[in-house]
Amino acid sequence: MLHNLSIGELADRLAARQISSVELTRHFLARIERFNPSLNALITLTGEQALASAAAADRRLAAGERGRLLGIPLIHKDIFCTDGVRTSCGSRILDNFIAPYDATVVTRIKAAGAVMLGKANMDEFAMGSSNETSFYGPVRNPWDRTRVPGGSSGGSAAAMGARLASFCTGTDTGGSIRQPAALTGVTGIKPTYGRVSRYGMVAFASSLDQAGVFARTAADAAAVLQVMAGFDPKDSTSVDAPVPDYPALLGEPLEGLRIGLLREFFEGLEARNAALIEEALGVFRSLGADTLEVSLPHLPLSVPTYYVVAPAECSSNLSRFDGVRYGYRCAEPKDLIDLYQRSRGEGFGAEVKRRIMTGTYVLSAGYYDAYYLKAQKVRRLITDDFRAAYQKVDLLIGPTTPTPAFGIGAKIDDPVTMYLNDIYTIGANLAGLPGMSVPCGFIDGLPMGLQMIGPHFSEARLLGAAHQFQRATRWHEHTPGGYE
Amino acid sequence: MMADWEVVIGLEIHAQLATKSKIFSGSATAYGAEPNTQANLVDLAYPGVLPVLNAEALRMAVKFGLAIGAKIARRSIFARKNYFYPDLPKGYQISQYEQPVVGKGALAVVLDDGAVKTIGVTRAHLEEDAGKSLHEGPGNASFIDLNRAGTPLLEIVSEPDMRAAREAVAYMKKIHTLVRYLEICDGNMQEGSFRCDANVSVRPRGANQFGTRAEIKNLNSFRFLEKAIQYEVARQIELIGSGGRVVQETRLYDSDKNETRSMRSKEEANDYRYFPDPDLLPVEMDQEFIESVRATLPELPDEKAARFARDFGLSAYDAGVLCASRELGAYFESLVQALGAAHAKLAANWVMGELSSALNRDNVEITASRVSAADLSALLGRIVDETISGKIAKDVFEAMWSEGKGADAIIEARGLRQITDAGAIESVIDAVMAANPKQLADYRAGKDKLFGFFVGQVMKATGGKANPAQLNDLLKLKLSGGGS
Repeated sequence: MLHNLSIGELADRLAARQISSVELTRHFLARIERFNPSLNALITLTGEQALASAAAADRRLAAGERGRLLGIPLIHKDIFCTDGVRTSCGSRILDNFIAPYDATVVTRIKAAGAVMLGKANMDEFAMGSSNETSFYGPVRNPWDRTRVPGGSSGGSAAAMGARLASFCTGTDTGGSIRQPAALTGVTGIKPTYGRVSRYGMVAFASSLDQAGVFARTAADAAAVLQVMAGFDPKDSTSVDAPVPDYPALLGEPLEGLRIGLLREFFEGLEARNAALIEEALGVFRSLGADTLEVSLPHLPLSVPTYYVVAPAECSSNLSRFDGVRYGYRCAEPKDLIDLYQRSRGEGFGAEVKRRIMTGTYVLSAGYYDAYYLKAQKVRRLITDDFRAAYQKVDLLIGPTTPTPAFGIGAKIDDPVTMYLNDIYTIGANLAGLPGMSVPCGFIDGLPMGLQMIGPHFSEARLLGAAHQFQRATRWHEHTPGGYE
Repeated sequence: MMADWEVVIGLEIHAQLATKSKIFSGSATAYGAEPNTQANLVDLAYPGVLPVLNAEALRMAVKFGLAIGAKIARRSIFARKNYFYPDLPKGYQISQYEQPVVGKGALAVVLDDGAVKTIGVTRAHLEEDAGKSLHEGPGNASFIDLNRAGTPLLEIVSEPDMRAAREAVAYMKKIHTLVRYLEICDGNMQEGSFRCDANVSVRPRGANQFGTRAEIKNLNSFRFLEKAIQYEVARQIELIGSGGRVVQETRLYDSDKNETRSMRSKEEANDYRYFPDPDLLPVEMDQEFIESVRATLPELPDEKAARFARDFGLSAYDAGVLCASRELGAYFESLVQALGAAHAKLAANWVMGELSSALNRDNVEITASRVSAADLSALLGRIVDETISGKIAKDVFEAMWSEGKGADAIIEARGLRQITDAGAIESVIDAVMAANPKQLADYRAGKDKLFGFFVGQVMKATGGKANPAQLNDLLKLKLSGGGS
């Protein structure tokens, strides 16, 4: 079936005119129509626009143009601004917001000729690990619809798991690509901070946010990242460094690759989870890699550090949603303060408010040094730990999550337990490192992810290792029952 | 009572930098455009947009720093100042807090009594301006114009070194002159391009500690600065004298009533929750960049004034006045070039006298003077070659100013050419003597004071055209009974 073909295979068939982009688009639109009502993975459908884009792609193909993503259907996380299309960020406060411009990621993917099918559900302003904080309701995990798909890019992950598009975009501030990728059995990559432009991506925590990809395979992710990555003069934090040819580098041999096992990740790790990771390490060893244990002594501090830095930045980033220029405005404001209080009070959900309040607190006079400044110092120590580890190893490997997908409603009332779900993923964001999650097995019939974290700008190495792991295993080919 | 108190003043001057586009967006900065026509998505703080620093604004800040001999920070940081207001679209202002571009510097100011005082500059930092809220128009509504939002400002913070309102005015004028010399600010105070906040306190003479200060906001004229400080000083002295206590607060100067009024006290003041802006990387400048800016520095006002005093024998005061603006200095120098350095004093007197009063009277800028430097040097040339007297020249100047004709044309048309024919002057003297026999007798009897009377009579009879030096000599001779 078309939805189980790789981007490379689809590109070949499109080029050979065996299928058209319009046919491919119709195929995915039909799947969305069939499966989305029970998954709630997409919150905006752009079917008509998609067919028009597909027809345009077909014309380009007919004219002899070729491209890795030309004519390939995708779904954007609703955090990326899309010109003329609602960009809600999963929030009531932007429920009526039609973006007047395209994010740089959207522009680049559009220019490559890919076809947007719609916008994916997400935790409100990307704050959440279960996709339960969305104004549009929770997303359901295709592997078990009573369970969460993870978050915050839960809609993108669920759509990918259910094969509703050839790839999906996502963003990762504390694990929001890797964790849901693991919980839905798909491949996800969060590039190095600065590798992909943040322009047009609604900001949650500016120093941590990074756009990335959900795909069936590492090879597909490489093809998409190739298009997304690169310097953008509109984003001062994007890095002006050449983008390697990721697809061409997938075959680099793993012989002699030094893989570090993070002691801190394995302490207290659930036995079945540990066994899956051990099995995966066996695969890497058989491919010629060496494994050795390393320690990042400050890594256990990443969750508290993150929950100071991220809320601090979010409290400021979300100040622009004030009911004055766009978005939700309360009815009949009495005065300016009432306009602010009720527009924001009614427009934001509970988790967003919790983080705005936390962030406001840690930045306020008298607390700044004890919280924000201290957190920045710890962040530096964590970054230095990683740097030291990469003197000894080429990449670090461990679990993506402590457990498989949990039930909807199981953790939503206990923020601290929910926050601990990101315990393995947050470190990479604090240090700005690229990270990936690839399927590595199942616990109780639910997919689990293997996480790889590399040095800055080592995306080619991560994608290559993941690709060769996927050539030696079949975990990434499993599709949830009923979505085959 | 004033004598018992010492006044302490520090100024925060806001100079709008004369860049073509805004500090963090590509919008134009021109004054007076239709509301909201110079505000793009970045200025409007749309979701997902990002700031990019305008390098020209940085260059201008460095130029200022170099001109006051300040330390230029190799690494400086932009910070967010968080507060809610409708004309502040992001809910924070991007400013600099802990590491400003320009560090400590100083400026020598000439006071009214000719004494020179050095005023310390604590720092100067870059920041963006807010928009404007207009509480006028139909109904009870407020309107917002965001054309000004994002306009680059250089905030120049002085040490509390000033001890009188006049000193504060002299300092502000000096900065005003400097920023225009550097061509980094148009200095237009009516349009708000150059304005200041004054921190004012009083303390018993001889005390070591500063008194509690009040901050007077948004003073946009030298006269208002002086009056506001004078009012505030009197208010504070009276308050303390009557047993009260000055509270730290922000006050507004009402020029109609000539008083300052409380805006908000420190207790009500915002906690701005400053923190480094994660959207902007720290600004790193190397010596090469700083030197490239130094190479663009013009001759500075103090250097120019010293040269005028040295080369043209002018007093320090006159030289300072002539260097108050680059244009005035250039005007004066072109006169000197035409007339020769020997006549520099004459040129200086005319520029500071007739020309300046005509400019002030008609509120005309020197660059738009109705008598050009070439025209004025032609007129002064006629004084030098004794075609007309200095007194007649003033009438000719007025005619040139109002009729727009050249000096020679007016002299010819009005027959103002000076009488230098000794015979002609003598015959007038003879007639005057004949008509005033009593005065002649008194003079000859020893009443020397009557000499002036005869000068006046002859001048009256010649329409002021008699050459004064010749008249003097001839009259002395005649009155004493000599001559032909």
